[in-house]
Amino acid sequence: MKLIRELWTSLIESLVGLGSVVRFLLRLLTESPRALLRFDLIAQQIFNSGALSLVIIMLSGLFVGMVLGLQGFQLLQRFGSEEALGTAAAIGLVKELGPVVTALLFAGRAGTALASELGLMRATDQLSAMEMMAVDPIRRVVVPRFLGGVIAMPLLAAIFSLIGLFGAQLVGVQIMGVDSGSFWSQMRSSVSLSDVNEGIVKSCIFGIMCSLIAVYEGYYATPTAEGVGRATTRTVVTLFFDYLITAAFL
Amino acid sequence: MTGVIGARGPTATLNQSAAIVEIRNLNYAVNGRPIFAGLDMDIPRGRVTAVMGPSGTGKTTLLRLITGQVAADAGSIMVAGQDMRAVRRADLYVLRRRMGMLFQNGALLTDLSVFENVAFPLREHTDLPERLVRQLVLTKLQAVGLRGAAELMPGELSGGMSRRVALARAIVMDPELLIYDEPFVGLDPISLGVILRLIRRLNDALGITSIVVSHDVHQISTVADVVFLLSGGTVVAKGTPPQLQSYPSEIVRQFMGGLADGPVPFHYPAPDYFGELLGRGERP
Repeated sequence: MKLIRELWTSLIESLVGLGSVVRFLLRLLTESPRALLRFDLIAQQIFNSGALSLVIIMLSGLFVGMVLGLQGFQLLQRFGSEEALGTAAAIGLVKELGPVVTALLFAGRAGTALASELGLMRATDQLSAMEMMAVDPIRRVVVPRFLGGVIAMPLLAAIFSLIGLFGAQLVGVQIMGVDSGSFWSQMRSSVSLSDVNEGIVKSCIFGIMCSLIAVYEGYYATPTAEGVGRATTRTVVTLFFDYLITAAFL
Repeated sequence: MTGVIGARGPTATLNQSAAIVEIRNLNYAVNGRPIFAGLDMDIPRGRVTAVMGPSGTGKTTLLRLITGQVAADAGSIMVAGQDMRAVRRADLYVLRRRMGMLFQNGALLTDLSVFENVAFPLREHTDLPERLVRQLVLTKLQAVGLRGAAELMPGELSGGMSRRVALARAIVMDPELLIYDEPFVGLDPISLGVILRLIRRLNDALGITSIVVSHDVHQISTVADVVFLLSGGTVVAKGTPPQLQSYPSEIVRQFMGGLADGPVPFHYPAPDYFGELLGRGERP
C-alpha cells in the first residue's frame, strides 16, 4: 500500500514537473520573436554553446568515424562488400551517431555550462538585480541562451558527421585500402535526402531538449552552492535519460 | 509597542502624507511561519530611513515585499501611490525604473565590465546615443570614485568596490527611491566610511528617498534620519537614532546596546540542557 502511495506521489510530482517545463517552454517561445530582434545576444550564445564546443565535437567525431571505419570494414570484408563502407558510415553517422553523440557531448559541455551559469546568476542575485532594473531576465538572459543552444546543436551535429566521415575515410580508404571512388560514389547513390533530413530533425529536437532542460534547471536552481551543483547534475542525468528514450522512438 | 516619531533637524518633522512607502496591516508567512503580523510603516519621502532588527526578523523580506519581488498574504503596501498587491507586471516594471536597489553582494553582472554594468539599465531602457551613455556612466562612476575602474571586470574588484559600482548602476536611471540591503556587511572601515558618506551624499544631492536595511547600529545611526526597529513581525520602535538609544523598551535596549541575552534569547529553543546531556531529554 505504501509503495503504491509513493508511486502515485512520484507520478503526480513527475506530471507537475513536466507541466512546469512545458509552461516554461511556452514562455520562451512567446518571448523568442522579440529576442530575435537582438540577434547579437543570440550570436554570443551560439559562440558560447557552439564554437566553444567545437574542439570536443570534432575530436569525438574523428575518433567515432575512425572506429566506425575500422569496425565497418572488418564486418563488410566478411561479405566481400568493403565498397559499401562509405554508405554504412554515412547512414550510421548522419542518421544516428551524429545527432545522438553530439547531443550527449553537447549536454556535457554546453548544457552543464548553461545550467551552472544561470544557477550561479540566481545564487548571486544577478537575476534579481535584473528584475529590480525592470529587465525581464527570461527575455534578456534565458531566451538568448535557449535559442543559441537550439541553433548551435544541429550545426555541431553536422560538423560531427562530416568529421566522422573523414575519419571513416581515413581508416577505410587510406589505411585499409578500400577504393576511394567506390567509397564516395556508393555513399552518394545510397544516402538519400530523407536520411539527412532525419538526422537534421533529430538534432533539432535534441537541441531544443538540451537547451530547454539546461536553462530550466539553471533558472529554477536553489540559490546555494549545493543547489547549483544539483541543477547541473540533474541537467545531465535528465538529458541522457531523455535522449535515450527519444532516440528509441525516433 | 511603537514609540515616538521624530527626525533629525528643524525641518525633519515627518509628514505622514509625504510617505513614499505606506504599509498597512501587512501579513506575510513563509512555510506557515509568520514573518510579519500586522506590520504598519510609513517611509518618509526625501529621507534616509533605516530598517533594523535582529537577524531573521524579515528585514530583507520587507524589501522584497516593497519592491514587489514577493507578494504579501494580507494588508497593503503602497509604493509611490501604487498598490503592490494589485500591480500588473508591466506597471511593476515601470515603477521599478523609478527605484534603485543595492544588493548585499553588489549583484554585478559578471560577464560585463564595470562600465557595461553601469550602462546596462541605460542600454535596456533607453535609445540614447553612445556618446551620451558614456558621459552618464562616467558621471555616475565619478560620483562613487571609480571612474578609473571602468574597464575592470567584476571579478577584479574588492567587495567595497563592487558595492560602489552597484550603487553607480542603481543611480544611473536617476531613481526616486534607493534601497540598500545590508550595505555594510564584510567591508573594511575605509570602504564602510565611503559607502556611508555616499548614502548620505546621494540622498541629499539627488533629492531621493533612501531605505537602508542593516543591523549595524553604530554605522546606521550616523547616517539615518529615521529608524524603524522590527522584531516579532512588527515595528517595536521608530524614531531618530538618539531617540532609539534612550528608548524605554527592553528589546530596543538589548538591540541598541548589543546585549547577548534579553527578550531575544541567546539560546535557540531547546530541551533542558542537563536533561539532554544525561540522555533524559527528548529532541523535538
